[in-house]
Amino acid sequence: MSAGTDKLAVTVTNIVPLNDLVTRFEFQRSDGGELPTFSGGAHTVVEMRDGDITRLNPYSLMSDPMDQSTYAISVRRDDAGRGGSLFMHNRVRVGDRMVISYPVNLFSLDLRARKHLMIAGGIGITPFIAQIKQLAATGGRFELHYAARSAALASYADELTAHHPNNVSIYHDDQAQAIDLVHLLDGQPLGTHLYVCGPKGMIDWVRAKAADLGWPREAVHYEEFLAPQSGKPFEVKLALSNKVIEVGEHQSLLEAIEAAGVDAPYLCRGGACGQCETDVIGYDGKFIHRDHWLDDEEKASGKKIMPCVSRFEGKTLVLDR
Amino acid sequence: MTIQFNDETFRDDYSFHNSDRAIQRFPFPFHEDSYMYSVNMERHKGGPEGSVYEMRFDVDEHYLAEMKDRAMVLAEDPLRCQSLPHMTLAGWDLLELIMVSKSEDYPDLFELHREGSNWRWINRPMGIDQSFVFMDEASLPYGPMEYITRQAQGDFCILDQRDDNLWMDAGMVTTQADWSLDFDIGMNFFEWHAPVPKAHEMGIFVRALKFLLNIQQGSPARRLNWTLTVNPLLDTSPENYHKWGVQKTTLTPENLGRKQHLRVELQTFFRLPRSNALVFPIRCYLIAFEDLVSVPKWGRRLHRVLRDIPDELATYKGFIDNRPMLVDYLSQYDDGAETSPGVWPD
Repeated sequence: MSAGTDKLAVTVTNIVPLNDLVTRFEFQRSDGGELPTFSGGAHTVVEMRDGDITRLNPYSLMSDPMDQSTYAISVRRDDAGRGGSLFMHNRVRVGDRMVISYPVNLFSLDLRARKHLMIAGGIGITPFIAQIKQLAATGGRFELHYAARSAALASYADELTAHHPNNVSIYHDDQAQAIDLVHLLDGQPLGTHLYVCGPKGMIDWVRAKAADLGWPREAVHYEEFLAPQSGKPFEVKLALSNKVIEVGEHQSLLEAIEAAGVDAPYLCRGGACGQCETDVIGYDGKFIHRDHWLDDEEKASGKKIMPCVSRFEGKTLVLDR
Repeated sequence: MTIQFNDETFRDDYSFHNSDRAIQRFPFPFHEDSYMYSVNMERHKGGPEGSVYEMRFDVDEHYLAEMKDRAMVLAEDPLRCQSLPHMTLAGWDLLELIMVSKSEDYPDLFELHREGSNWRWINRPMGIDQSFVFMDEASLPYGPMEYITRQAQGDFCILDQRDDNLWMDAGMVTTQADWSLDFDIGMNFFEWHAPVPKAHEMGIFVRALKFLLNIQQGSPARRLNWTLTVNPLLDTSPENYHKWGVQKTTLTPENLGRKQHLRVELQTFFRLPRSNALVFPIRCYLIAFEDLVSVPKWGRRLHRVLRDIPDELATYKGFIDNRPMLVDYLSQYDDGAETSPGVWPD
C-alpha cells in the first residue's frame, strides 16, 4: 500500500548564488511541457546521480505555486553533511538533466486561518516564500518574522521586504536582534495559525512558548526535515526480499535498501512523515532512533525503525522488507 | 468514439436503461465468490480500452440524463451542494482538473482554451460555451465546484487535509447511497464513517485514512463499493427516504429482474494541487438484475455473494428483508459451475 510519487524529468535552467552558503537552482521540464501547480509549503525530492551513489534529498519549492514554467529550490551548502548539498553546489551545471518528484506537501497552510503568522530561521525561509506568493495571489493575510545570522546570509530578505514592507520583519543574530516571541504570540487575533520552519532549537522554542500561552495544538504547524547523519557501518538482513545489505558510513538505511534494488516507501526522507516506517523482526544491538515519527514507547519497543534517518549499532538486525 | 446519449429518467417512470455496450463495460465489483471489506485500492492510471477505468472521469450514455436529474435535485434541495468558506481554492482545483481531463480525454465533446487567466470552456453535449476568468468567482454563474459538478457525473466530496485527518468540508452530493452531505459537512474521516458496521473493529479505517493522507499529486487512486437499489434511483438520500425507502416493499418475484439494481460506486481519489485538499469523486453505475445475469459469470457469482454475506452487512446495505427473494431469483442463474478469478466476463 505504498502511495509513492511520480517523477518529473527536468533540466537545470538557472543557477543563482545568493550568498556564501545558499544557491538557487531553477528547473524546467525537459520535454518543454508545463510543470504541475502546487500548494505553498510543498517540497520536491531531487535525485542526484553521484557516481555509484543515488542521493535523494527533499527541498522546499520556493517558486510561485501558480507558475507552471519553472520550479525553484534553494540549497544551503553543508560542508559537514553527507554530500547532497555539496553535490548540488559543486557538480550541478546549467543544462544538466535531473529527475525530481511531483510536489508533496507536508507543511500546508490551514486555509481556515484568519491570519497566518510565520516564523522562519535561516534556510527555513524557503517554504514561506511559496506560501506568501500563494497568499498574496488569493488575498490571504500573513505576517512573517525571519531570523538569520547576518544581513549577508538573510537569503531573500530584501526581496520579501520590498514586496511586503508591512508584513515582513527581519532579525539579524549578529546585531543581537531577536524575535520578541511572547509579545508576538500574545498579540494575535483569534483564528491566527502559527507556522515555524528553521533549526530544531527554534522550532522547539516556538512550540513550547505557544503551548505555554494556550495556543491550540491544531493552530501550530512546523516543518523540520532532518538530514540523515553519518555513523558506523552496519549490516541488515531484509527478510522479505531475502537479502543481506551493508549500510555504509555516509549512507542512510533507506538509501542502502534502495541501492540493493528493494522498493521501499518514502515521502519526506527526513523522519517526519511516517511513510517509511518498517517493522523489525529481530535484533541484537541498539537502535539510534532520530525521527520525529515514532513515540518514545515505540522507540523503546525495538519493533519499529524509520530507515530514512535512524541507524543501528550491534550484531544483527532483521527487517520486514 | 461518439456516444449516443440516452433519453431516460431516474424517477417517476424509471425509463433508465443500459445498452449492450453499457452492460459489457459495467464495473462488476466482486473478484471472487464472496465479499468482505478490504482497503481495495489501486492506482487510477487508466485501464482496459473502453472500460469505465480508462479515463480520469468516465463519460457514458447516461451523461445528459444524470445532469438533468442533478439539476432537479438541486432545485428542490440546494443543501445538496455546500462548500465551507476555506474550500473555494479547492473548488478551482477541481474545476481545473475536470476541465483539463475531459478536454484531453474527450476532445470531440469538450474543449478548453486558456490564455493566462482567461479561459473558455465548451461542453458540446450540454450546449455550453462559457468564457470566464480563472480564480474570479464573479465570472461564473455558480461557485467553481458547483459550476463544474453540474456538468460531471457522480458525486464529489472535497476533503480538507489537516491535523492528520480528512474533513468533509465541501461537496456536491445528489446520487448517494443513503448518506447526507448536509449531515456530514465539517465532519472528519472517523466521524462520517461511524455508522459502518464491523470495519472499525477490523482496523479498516485507520489503514484507509493512512493511505488517503499519502495520496500524492500525479498519483490518483481508485476502489469500488456497492449496494443494492430497488428501481434505478440516483437520489437515494436520507432526505428523501420517505419517497424511495417504501419502494423496497414493491419487489415481487415477477418484477425483481427489472426493478432490482446492483449499484456500484467507482470511487476515485485525487490530490488537488493548489489547495492540497483531496477530491473524492463517487461515480454511481446501476444495472438491473435481468441485465446483469446476461453475463453468466456475474449471475453465478452475485448469487453466491448475496447468499453468503453476513447479516450485518445485508442490514447495513438495506436489503436484509428482500434477501431471500433475491437469492431465490439469482439461484436460477447459478448452475454451480466454477467461476474464473477476477471481475471480467469470461
